Amino acid sequence: MTATIDSPRSGRIAPQYRRNGGSRGNFEMVAWLFMRLSGVVLVVLIFGHLFVNLLVGEGIHAIDFGFVAGKWADPFWQFWDLAMLWLAMLHGTNGVRTIINDYAEKDSTRRWLKTVLYSATVVIIVLGTLVIFTFNPCPVVDGVPLPGGFCPA
Amino acid sequence: MPTKPAGTLYRGREGMWSWVGHRITGVVIFFFLLVHVLDTSLVRVSPEAYTAVIGAYKNPLMALGETGLVAAIVFHAFNGLRIIAVDFWKKGAKYQRQMLWVVLGLWVVTMVAFSIRHLSLALGGH
Repeated sequence: MTATIDSPRSGRIAPQYRRNGGSRGNFEMVAWLFMRLSGVVLVVLIFGHLFVNLLVGEGIHAIDFGFVAGKWADPFWQFWDLAMLWLAMLHGTNGVRTIINDYAEKDSTRRWLKTVLYSATVVIIVLGTLVIFTFNPCPVVDGVPLPGGFCPA
Repeated sequence: MPTKPAGTLYRGREGMWSWVGHRITGVVIFFFLLVHVLDTSLVRVSPEAYTAVIGAYKNPLMALGETGLVAAIVFHAFNGLRIIAVDFWKKGAKYQRQMLWVVLGLWVVTMVAFSIRHLSLALGGH
């Protein structure tokens, strides 16, 4: 004979069960959903990134300034890299936030670690975004093109 | 306030160890990502600065490091899809253990293929 046990919260629950008082809204649920949605997209973006940069042609030997210039001459790769930057940084930041919440027991320690984390995230996202959109294949300093650039003849 | 928890929530076996692996690979990938955005940003400093720093990646030790990083990424990717299946597929929780072995099988196949291609390119005479 086996006892049948209902799944947790499968029946009518009174008074209605709430996980929080609503003070934080549903941020944690949105964060949980974001991890799954961004995760699926990142698998495609990062596998594509690794394939094109490391496995095609000469692989890593082909990577230099000219390689980056060639890719970012095409808006397709600009937006590919932009999406990868934003999604990967937000996905990674939320993952590290979870880990900090799990292991840092003191409120002040958690606050400190998260301040450092969020600062790094903002710096990296802003820097990366600016680099993608202000990239110049022919950088010129004081009227002289820098060596290694791709300048129109 | 007790300094040690009275019991433990860690249950071992496939469920716990895949979770441990997911955390560790996640942190490793995150720190690489910070460095990778910084090194790529050198294209905005000068063509020579970028090419010089990228040149530092092109040696046998870094080739092994890249292979380790890709191993972490591929595990995190496949196990992440397994987590999504556990959460959204009706039978996901029931088959989580079998799915971990599928993840590890696909991980081995992917890494054998990647390693052969990447290491022969990176280490091969050029």
